[in-house]
Amino acid sequence: MKTIQNYKTALLWTVLILSFGLVPLLMTSSYQLNVASYILIWSLFAISFNMLWGVTGMLSFGQALYFGIGGYAVGLTIHYLGSNWYFPALAMGIVIAVVVSFLLGLLVIRVGGVYFTMLTLAFGQLAWQLMFKLYEFTGGDDGIQGFILPGILSNKTTYYYFVLILVLLSIWFLKRVAYSPFGMMLRCVRQNPDRVRFLGRRVRRNQLRVYIISSVFATLAGALMVGVDNSAHTDMFFWTTSGEVILMSVLGGISQFFGPLIGAICIILIEDIVGAYTEYWSLIIGTIILLMVIVFPKGIVGEVMEKMPKFRSSEKENI
Amino acid sequence: MEPILRLESVSKSFGGLRVTNDLSFSVFPGEISAIIGPNGAGKTTLFNQITGHLLPDNGKILFKGENIVGSTPQSIVKRGMGRAFQIASIFPEETVLDNVKAASLSNLNQTLKFWRSASEFKRAKDQAYAILGSLGLDKQADQLAFELSHGDQKLLDIAIALALEPTILLLDEPTAGMSPEERQRTRKMIKEIRDKFDLTLVFIEHDMDMVFDIAQIVRVLQQGSLLAEGTPEEIQQNSEVVSAYLGEEL
Amino acid sequence: MDFAFIVTQIISGLTMATLLFLVASGLTLIFGVGNVFNFAHGSFYMIGAYLGYQVVGVWELNFWLALVVAAVGAGLFGMLIEFLLLRRIYGRANEGGFQILLTYCLILIIDDGVKLLWGAEYKSIPRPDGFSGAVVMGDIFIPAYNLLIIGIGFVVVIASWWILNRTRPGKIARATAVDREMLGALGVNVPLTMTVVFGVATALGGMTGALAAPLRTITPGAGIEVIIDSLIVVVMGGMGNFWGAWLASMLLGEVNAFAVAFVPKWASLFSFLVMVVVLIFKPEGLFAPRKVRKV
Repeated sequence: MKTIQNYKTALLWTVLILSFGLVPLLMTSSYQLNVASYILIWSLFAISFNMLWGVTGMLSFGQALYFGIGGYAVGLTIHYLGSNWYFPALAMGIVIAVVVSFLLGLLVIRVGGVYFTMLTLAFGQLAWQLMFKLYEFTGGDDGIQGFILPGILSNKTTYYYFVLILVLLSIWFLKRVAYSPFGMMLRCVRQNPDRVRFLGRRVRRNQLRVYIISSVFATLAGALMVGVDNSAHTDMFFWTTSGEVILMSVLGGISQFFGPLIGAICIILIEDIVGAYTEYWSLIIGTIILLMVIVFPKGIVGEVMEKMPKFRSSEKENI
Repeated sequence: MEPILRLESVSKSFGGLRVTNDLSFSVFPGEISAIIGPNGAGKTTLFNQITGHLLPDNGKILFKGENIVGSTPQSIVKRGMGRAFQIASIFPEETVLDNVKAASLSNLNQTLKFWRSASEFKRAKDQAYAILGSLGLDKQADQLAFELSHGDQKLLDIAIALALEPTILLLDEPTAGMSPEERQRTRKMIKEIRDKFDLTLVFIEHDMDMVFDIAQIVRVLQQGSLLAEGTPEEIQQNSEVVSAYLGEEL
Repeated sequence: MDFAFIVTQIISGLTMATLLFLVASGLTLIFGVGNVFNFAHGSFYMIGAYLGYQVVGVWELNFWLALVVAAVGAGLFGMLIEFLLLRRIYGRANEGGFQILLTYCLILIIDDGVKLLWGAEYKSIPRPDGFSGAVVMGDIFIPAYNLLIIGIGFVVVIASWWILNRTRPGKIARATAVDREMLGALGVNVPLTMTVVFGVATALGGMTGALAAPLRTITPGAGIEVIIDSLIVVVMGGMGNFWGAWLASMLLGEVNAFAVAFVPKWASLFSFLVMVVVLIFKPEGLFAPRKVRKV
């Protein structure tokens, strides 16, 4: 049984690496390369978000805050100090994310429940307003345009592989966390926080830990994103960005580790196709997810897992 | 011999209602005792105060000699107090094995490990299997907890508590909602685990067969006060107790 | 800084406070009675504003009719949503999360919906006849419309208090908040109560949208600002707490008014700061809240 489980996981990773790895070789236009990059980065973002919700039961509507921190740490640094500062900027973004998530986490996690969700939303919007209004520094609604990445990263294909490697490594890391004893504790926190206390564990402390971890990877995603278009925009902080990862996770299935990845692929591809015909994307995705919530609450992967018994592994593919 | 758990004049009121009224008693190591009383007598509330879930208004609760009033439930659990709940408090989406393993991992202080897969922690896994075996749940180890029957969920609840290696185990109506065979099985099991795990047991029960079969000491609660305390035979013959609620149940 | 200035700011603050409170009270009502957090509440406000525009700006009818249409329109729509959609998720595990999700989808749909129906450009409507001027007292100019809003707010507060405490439907609504099942057992039609309460709350939200329309531009996406403001009120006042919401609205309205007067660019920061301070010292709000739904 263990070997079948390992075999399936290995297969999954191989498929991922191969399909994404071969993209620059098979796709000819840079546009398609960009779309593949978006898929990778949003998948990371969504998976990191789902560590909070699907795993631990914390619905944060403010992960865009960290996405924006990552993007603007890189964007602003390169804009003001030049491309050589790329890697230090990346590191700085992560440090900022750790500090902010720690402080914000302390403030809002203890309030809990629907308050937590709304407060994360509120603080995300606060950051958005700030970035917007500090336009002399941040460029406001114009964003930061046309900056260049250092050395070989300025080559689009190289950058793509850079993103691919970092994203896959990050997802691998998060998967290990999800399946570890710590991950188990987080799932227990979601299912029965009182019992977790009777296990001798502190619920809020663990929630804070996963909040910080999730936010760090959201920041990484943001930092990687601005390198794809060589620009950063305040929309990265906007609440709908937080909403995107929620929708992606729901569509794919929040109880499955790779659910958000499937969701990200679907939403980005559909948005690409549908967006060509109509600007009323919100209406369409809103309706789709609405129907999913009512009829298929388990999401794509979840429902598939239910309906096809042979895909179910004995040592749970669920997180 | 020092009592392992000792209550001194513990009182608690909710608004105008006195739910625990100047309660004092001592529980000795290795003892199996039962707390009985009519509904609303304040039994679960008493448990909640002992495990730190509720703060008493007055009095002391001495666990292994230390006053634990005001301590968090987490720290009290870590000191060796175990509890099984009236309504089974489990992790419904985890497997039966993982439910207990979570507790074992916590007991072994390995819950911060974030890199290795939880399935690799052999010691916790073996411990968990052993406990499931003691409670007859080992065949269902891979089932998801919510799929278990009500009675088995209560046993799982006990298993989780046992995985924390408690010195004293408080059981809140362990056979509530069980069928007669399940009750029989549970009764036997409780005696076994007391011996196997070297525990002190205190349980709340309405099942008088169980009480008079297993308990060495019976304490009767009524409206938050200790009405009587003694061996099962003494309690059976205590007219106050009989009139209070036993009625024809004997 | 003189007396006239202070009075003007206070009135301005009261106006903001009233609008805040009217919206927040709808939110509080739904949560208090139905234990539903209507994340899309701001969208009903927005619907009300657009309906108001439709009546006054497009059909060129009078303003008072606009208020009624806004209230009724938003209310009916709200009841429809509750009946068709929200009901399907009552009692689900993780209900709080699904509520937020579902209402989020509504925001998306309604945002595009108003764009479809009315276009994406900013709209505006004028103040109603008779209230476009100012009341003058010596040096002090008080816009008449502001007084109207404050007046309406006052009436709503008194009316709500009276309905909730002195009439049978109101008492049923309050009892539903405490114990749904018990009430059902007593023969009260709980699902109907929920739908009606939802309708009343969204009607209130819609009316407020129309009421505020002459003072603010009408745009798609207005919903989220409103919900965050209401959230701040509710967090400070305690979710489900009527008077807490009122007090918080007053406080925030005034803080905002004076902040706008002195540091207009950063005024919105102040409400946040106030909320953060309250959160740090009294996370359950200024008054004890209803039990918060776990998400």
